Amino acid sequence: MTKNLNLTLHVWRQKNAQCDGKFVEYPAADISPEMSFLEMLDVVNEGLIRKGEDPITFDHDCREGICGACGMVVNGRAHGPKERTTACQLHMRSFKDGESITIEPWRAEAFPIVRDLMVDRGALDRIIAVGGFISVPTGSPQDANALPIPKEKAELSMDAAACIGCGACVAACPNASAMLFLSAKVSHLGLLPQGQPERYTRVRDMVAQMDAEQFGTCTNHGECESACPKGIKMENIARMNRDFMKASLTYRPATFGGGGAG
Amino acid sequence: MSVAEQSIAGAEARGHGFLASSVGRKIIMALTGIILFGFVTVHMIGNTQAYLGAEPFNHYAEFLKTMVHGAGIWIFRAVLLTAVGLHTWAALSLTLDNRAARRVGYRAQENVASTWASRTMRWSGVILAVFIVYHLMHLTIGNVHPAFDHANPYANFVKGFQVPAAAGFYIVAQFCLGLHMWHGVWSCTQTLGLAHPRYDSLRRSFATGLTILVVGVNISYPIAVLTGFIR
Repeated sequence: MTKNLNLTLHVWRQKNAQCDGKFVEYPAADISPEMSFLEMLDVVNEGLIRKGEDPITFDHDCREGICGACGMVVNGRAHGPKERTTACQLHMRSFKDGESITIEPWRAEAFPIVRDLMVDRGALDRIIAVGGFISVPTGSPQDANALPIPKEKAELSMDAAACIGCGACVAACPNASAMLFLSAKVSHLGLLPQGQPERYTRVRDMVAQMDAEQFGTCTNHGECESACPKGIKMENIARMNRDFMKASLTYRPATFGGGGAG
Repeated sequence: MSVAEQSIAGAEARGHGFLASSVGRKIIMALTGIILFGFVTVHMIGNTQAYLGAEPFNHYAEFLKTMVHGAGIWIFRAVLLTAVGLHTWAALSLTLDNRAARRVGYRAQENVASTWASRTMRWSGVILAVFIVYHLMHLTIGNVHPAFDHANPYANFVKGFQVPAAAGFYIVAQFCLGLHMWHGVWSCTQTLGLAHPRYDSLRRSFATGLTILVVGVNISYPIAVLTGFIR
């Protein structure tokens, strides 16, 4: 059995969005290397509660790496040092005994801090609300193969659909841009026939909402791609830019619409 | 209001203007960038005539001044000035947006994928802007040149680079151009949506190849004068 770890944590503590926050040092003693990063924080929190102190607040839900709830910047990297891994799936064997670990919340004006390491990612929900949907007739289900979809398109769409909306791309981007998130949604829906009716209004609406939410802009650094726990590719950003250009060039204002014949 | 209503109201309030949108300004940045790296490439090719001696070089300068009955050079200047203006405006407004998007930074932030070139675009851009003003005052207007003669561009070129400080500044500026072009040429293909797995390595090699060619040849001019190869 591998030896348990003794670590020093530097954790960002902040009561709410209005208060100033600061880094507080906590020892994390006797941590099993088999624990996940969040379980390590659970152990630290149990100690804090026993001492009557406020536990460290952080978002988490499934702890299986598929829900997108958890997320924190660990030693300067979103979701920690392991590639394609969420914080809940990061294990303590990725750290060395005696290491000191800096833990910070996602930093972006669009993600106000709720408390400690928990941020409000409602901005991403509002971006989805303006365009991250398709219109379908409800009622009895359509035949599954009624719409032919090339396998390659289906694969690319599913790769983009793997986005769990955790916000790591925004956190890792030097400009706090949400372009990788948007482009995943635009590609996921825009590559499929079901996504065509809204394809060109979707991209303009989502970009306008992204700007309104005070996200930064893309300078093609590529940090988002390497931080993404789901391996979303920057190729999606290029695809979104193509759709945005076409949408901007061919958009018809409502007044150009003409009569509603029929 | 529901979340959906709030967000639709937000998007409507912000509007859909192309130039107001972040992606729209990025596209302006990319398109003007293509004009500018196209220009530095042609500029570099034209100047290789310095290696042919005074007469072809001066003849080339004369051609530039007189093409299209003298209007050609002014058309070029107008296009370039517009491109520089729009490029600078896009850079400034996007940079301000990016600063505003993260007011409180990280204590530790590890760079994994970004390059030194990509992170210093703002600085290499500012140095290039200063260099362009100096370069125009040095070899076009001639007011910071030790012995400027409007009739003899070749002599201006040689005498200008015989001053080591001037030659040194040109060399430093060319390294900034290299950093700026290496990220910029690749980055503009991404912004304009020219990404495809089949061509991705080609995009990188094109940026690297063009940068090495332009910067390499440009740096050779002051070095050739300083070492006495061009006299």
